[in-house]
Amino acid sequence: MNRLSAYAIALLTLVMAPPAMAYTAYVSNEKGNTISVIDLTTMEVTATVPVGERPRGITLSVDGKHIYICTSDADHIEVFDADSLTLLRTLPSGPDPELFALAPDGKLLYVANEDNNMVTVVDVGPGAVAAEIPVGTEPEGMGVSPDGKWLVSTSETTSMAHFIDTATFEVVDSVLVDARPRFAAFTPDGSQVWVSSEIGGTISVIDVASRKIVQKIAFEVQGLRKESIQPVGISITPDGKTAFVALGPANRVAAIDVGSFAVKEYLLVGQRVWQLDLTPDAKFLLTTNGESNDVSVIDVDALKVIKSIPVGELPWGVVIR
Amino acid sequence: MTGKVALPTSLARLIVYLTFGAASVFAAPATTADADPLVVKIGYLGEAVPEREPLSLVEVVAPDKGVAGAKLAIDDNNTTGRFLKQSYVLSETIIPDKGDLHQAARDLSAAGVKFVVAALTADRLLELAAFPEMQDALIFNIKAQDDGLRLADCRANVFNIIPSRAMKADALAQYLISKQWPRWVLISGALPPDKAFADAVRRAAKRFGGDIVEERTYEFEAGSRRADTGQQQIRKQMTDLTQRLPEYDVMIVADESEVFGEYLPYRTWSPRPVVGTQGLVPTAWHRSQEQWGGTQLQRRFTKAAGRWMLEEDYAAWMAVRTIGESVTRVAKGDPESLRQFMLSDTFQLGAFKGQGLTFRKWDQQLREPILLASPTMLVSVSPQEGFLHQRTPLDTLGYDEPDSQCRLNP
Repeated sequence: MNRLSAYAIALLTLVMAPPAMAYTAYVSNEKGNTISVIDLTTMEVTATVPVGERPRGITLSVDGKHIYICTSDADHIEVFDADSLTLLRTLPSGPDPELFALAPDGKLLYVANEDNNMVTVVDVGPGAVAAEIPVGTEPEGMGVSPDGKWLVSTSETTSMAHFIDTATFEVVDSVLVDARPRFAAFTPDGSQVWVSSEIGGTISVIDVASRKIVQKIAFEVQGLRKESIQPVGISITPDGKTAFVALGPANRVAAIDVGSFAVKEYLLVGQRVWQLDLTPDAKFLLTTNGESNDVSVIDVDALKVIKSIPVGELPWGVVIR
Repeated sequence: MTGKVALPTSLARLIVYLTFGAASVFAAPATTADADPLVVKIGYLGEAVPEREPLSLVEVVAPDKGVAGAKLAIDDNNTTGRFLKQSYVLSETIIPDKGDLHQAARDLSAAGVKFVVAALTADRLLELAAFPEMQDALIFNIKAQDDGLRLADCRANVFNIIPSRAMKADALAQYLISKQWPRWVLISGALPPDKAFADAVRRAAKRFGGDIVEERTYEFEAGSRRADTGQQQIRKQMTDLTQRLPEYDVMIVADESEVFGEYLPYRTWSPRPVVGTQGLVPTAWHRSQEQWGGTQLQRRFTKAAGRWMLEEDYAAWMAVRTIGESVTRVAKGDPESLRQFMLSDTFQLGAFKGQGLTFRKWDQQLREPILLASPTMLVSVSPQEGFLHQRTPLDTLGYDEPDSQCRLNP
């Protein structure tokens, strides 16, 4: 589907059934050093907020009141008020924070320090470093199990998913996956963790109990070279049925049936798609498209791209509340 | 004996790495917990051939060129190895100019080193590859760009990590053709490496439809810009060298020896861009490369070496990472197992080029995208769009299987 017809469908959708939601998306723009705020009722950018240098990972506090941003070149985490969009405070992060995950109780942030092969554990309340965990080279992907007991950290050059026991902060197991793992996402039941390998071009589905790879998912898009399919961000619907995987320079998002591991659909989005997030009702999925400087909106039930929203320079991460 | 295997610093490193390896046991995954620790010994072997200093004062003079990349990759490998009870040690041997290469090979062999990262010229590399002590070793060529090493002089125990001149000239030619700048003037230096690059440019012109409208040779020693008023003399020389040429689009300079090429830009008779060994250059690595996570490698290297990463550093990094990646995947440390894995379809080296890199089976050359860079900026990456190949677009760069008499792994 080309972009023009995507717009046509978007218009049609808006006319026929305006999405009834009052959600807000926050997009980190890595080169723009800003956050774009999108009102998902109007699907328009309502504010562009300057933040620290090189914002990448972005997430929300459990109560949704605060936005946490990895400002990588500023070497700390910035905490913004999600409503007033003002900077409340900064948290220590260790050098070059790239991506992080919040514990389900909201008390600890697990931060990947890309430059020094560490995971830094930040105690959000006092804003203090609680622990440092040595991992492989270039840690990036961070996933926490729904019960908060497991932290999975992926190391890009080491090509491993490290299983960290959050009670002891120790690496208890390391699973070798395909080259350049970028992201780790637990299934809602906590039984599996899905790890994307950017250079390997695959998703490794790891069984959490045995810590063995139970399935490798590969991708094939007609007319595209295998090397241009580079999985990065993963988002799994809360019902555990569908996983969305951003395929980078393939400019597509794959929709995968979690039960059968089969790819249901490839959705054409903007250029160099990296990260994704679902609306809380799981009706819409937003993707960050780094090279086309926009965000694509996908209707999850229809598996259609319905809109593209221009944001700042080099959009990297997205979080929705 | 002239080799200095294990300098004090590398000895210290060796101890550090071994300690590191032992300390990792606690973190070993269940699958390998009962296996013996695996120690992989890698030798870096260079020769202190005097090199001309770069013409520009801005360029770095790096006595640790190459080996600094190998050291960083050893660190990277050991970070991974900690989780697998595998560790890597690097010994550094730099023999004097025209020193005893065979003794160095014997020493490496006696120390149980089966993986040699070679920063040697083509003739010395071929000498090394022929020594009896090296027959069951794997040699990684990180310096010699000679196409012969990928053709008649290919060797079963040599893996070529640095791109060949033909790969580079093809990468440049594809860009010039895609820009629709097909008329070239070729100006070559007088030394053998300059002539070899000029040969590669002529071949690239034939392959991709470039038209070399005139060739000139620069036979002299350029004046010194660093002397007072030197710049006036150089301007006159370069203007004279480039006048009365037919209409052309770009000037390609073949001056690997760095005698005059840096003086051409902005001093040519006609206002034309300069490309080749200076100006816009084809290279495996460049300090401006920040795509595909490249920033991370640049930062790690700068932090460790105190300077930016040069092409030879990058090649040495890739060589040691090739060994590390293979050991990680096959959980073995013998050359034959690694060799088989490196040539298999499952081998993929992540090297900040946006795709996994593999080896050409027939000549054991690493396939790699080639960067085209101006002095401070990445301009493009070849292969260019539209240059297709039935196997991979990367095989449009350099000698393809049908063009080569080399058949190492039929």
